[in-house]
Amino acid sequence: MDTILQLVLNGLAVGCIYGLVALGFVLIYKATELVNFAQGDLLMLGAFTCYMFVVWYGVGYWAALALAVAIVALFGAALDAAILRRVIGQPQFAVVMLTIGLGAIFRSFASITWGSEIYTLPTPFSARATRLGGVTVSHEYLSIIVGTVLLCAALYAFFTYTKVGVAMQAASQNQLAAYYMGIPVKRMFSLIWAISAAVAAIAGVLLAPVSLIDINLGFIGLKAFAAAVLGGFGSIPGALVGGVTIGLIELFAGAYLPHGFKDVAAYVVLLLVLAVRPQGIFGAAGRKKV
Amino acid sequence: MRFLFKTSYAQELGLFRDNVQRNWYVALFAALLVLPRVVPDYVGDISLVFIYGLCGLSLMVLAGYTGLVSLGHAAFLGVGAYAHVYFVHDLGLPWIVSAALACVLTAAAGVLVGLPALRMTGVYLTIATLAFALIIQEVFSRWDRVTGGLKGKPVDKPVLFGVSFAHDVAFYFLCLAFLIGALWLTANLLKAPTGRAWVAIRDSEIAAQSMGVNLALYKTMAFAYSAALMGLAGALFAHKIGFLAPDIFSVLLSIQLLLMVVVGGLGSLHGAVYGAVFVAILPVLISQARDSVPAWQGLDRFVKQPGLEPGLFGLILVLFILFEPLGIYGRWLKIKIYFSLFPLYKRATFRRQKTYMRSERLR
Repeated sequence: MDTILQLVLNGLAVGCIYGLVALGFVLIYKATELVNFAQGDLLMLGAFTCYMFVVWYGVGYWAALALAVAIVALFGAALDAAILRRVIGQPQFAVVMLTIGLGAIFRSFASITWGSEIYTLPTPFSARATRLGGVTVSHEYLSIIVGTVLLCAALYAFFTYTKVGVAMQAASQNQLAAYYMGIPVKRMFSLIWAISAAVAAIAGVLLAPVSLIDINLGFIGLKAFAAAVLGGFGSIPGALVGGVTIGLIELFAGAYLPHGFKDVAAYVVLLLVLAVRPQGIFGAAGRKKV
Repeated sequence: MRFLFKTSYAQELGLFRDNVQRNWYVALFAALLVLPRVVPDYVGDISLVFIYGLCGLSLMVLAGYTGLVSLGHAAFLGVGAYAHVYFVHDLGLPWIVSAALACVLTAAAGVLVGLPALRMTGVYLTIATLAFALIIQEVFSRWDRVTGGLKGKPVDKPVLFGVSFAHDVAFYFLCLAFLIGALWLTANLLKAPTGRAWVAIRDSEIAAQSMGVNLALYKTMAFAYSAALMGLAGALFAHKIGFLAPDIFSVLLSIQLLLMVVVGGLGSLHGAVYGAVFVAILPVLISQARDSVPAWQGLDRFVKQPGLEPGLFGLILVLFILFEPLGIYGRWLKIKIYFSLFPLYKRATFRRQKTYMRSERLR
């Protein structure tokens, strides 16, 4: 029983990270219908930036976190303004390739700037744990779960109660109509990119103490894809549920299935779900009227 | 400027546009025949270009002509390679039989991926193929008995009908023959109803469906054909690299294959070949350029970092998508039209229209 609880807890924490990355995909997809294959690499940049401030420049953890999030968010907005805006309306294929290319550039940049070694990020939560009954609650995992919950609540409030948030929803529902209503759609899109990049950076910093930082940290994005698709690519709660599901499946597969299943369990589930419900669990399928 | 006046339907279906074009291809073929004598040092590299050409052709059929983007083609290449090596080495089948079986097997794998893919569109399909590739890669590293697992599997030189193709020049001609065969088959297929249906599906699924194209059938066919070509490429690739290991067939290889068709030019067979040449030559060019960078301000140390190369690939991809979405073939068309219309060429001929986001959420 304790083992199962422990697995559930760890799965939740890992799943939250997947969920956050998936949330980044979904935000951008909902707004601009671009699929950002570089989301995982933005996460990697966030983790590295925070590491740089903490270890190289001796900034405190919280200040470094804020700085990293701000820098990566600005970078995301600049990315949209300079590059991704040009491919709007192009076939989806072009966008996929473009963001894959961008991801490769980011990894290259990280390997040149920070080197290709593996780093650990010291945090206030490192190597501390609370015992609850038979379950060990590591503070790193706890920080991930709490961080995710807080972030999601903030995002939910932002999209529901602020004017900008509602304008973003409008822009994502119908771009042309939003233009007619006087919404600055381009600025909205840049803002969405900034938010999505910021979410990725936060996920990166939260993940950093659990998994070590190296330039291939971004490949976690592949699993987050599974999470996003599982939740139906355009649904924000779906992304989180998908992420947690993938996290739980992965840990249980690692514990109870033969060696090797842990890494592919997420993808097997993804293929099964897609074969049965091609638009994901939470996705809505519509049909174009001709 | 030359105008083509067609007088029969057979002309429309012919492999070449006119005699001039045919003569150019004959000249190219003759040049390829004497090439090993001219540049004997590069024969091995050129046969790799041919194998890449097969891969490019395979992806071109799927992504360029049918509009189904796959991020999992490295897995098909791997299935082809491992299956072929298993049949030849472990079961002792003749080369041709084994290569054919490898093609059939990869085609079956293609159908397997293609079937659920029929109901998905756009990004879902891309991600599903990606997931498939990641699973297959894990299978390669776990199924020791067949694939040799992480230790890898050595591959002998090919022997066809008792004739050894161990020599580089012989292997060059083997690859060339398969590439020409595949190009011929694909070019004809694209002019037949099958190819027309594929292009119709790419341009609009709904329109194709209303014209009576069976979407499920043709999409599966595209997947199977593309995978079979990849299987053939895999069989040759196995002999070319001489050693199979699971980490060769990674997502990065899939991306590189896609890079090939994008850079070459989507939607043209020429593009597949141009892309293959580009992808094979680029690493050579990069390494030569690196050696010639002067040691100024530590610049030479900067460009010699190992992490730089994938970034350069990424940069090239980004630049192509932003500035030349039709790839090398598109640029070639523009240059050709510039000269054939000289002094009347207008940039606006190829200008992209301003677009706004059109939802693909509704299928």
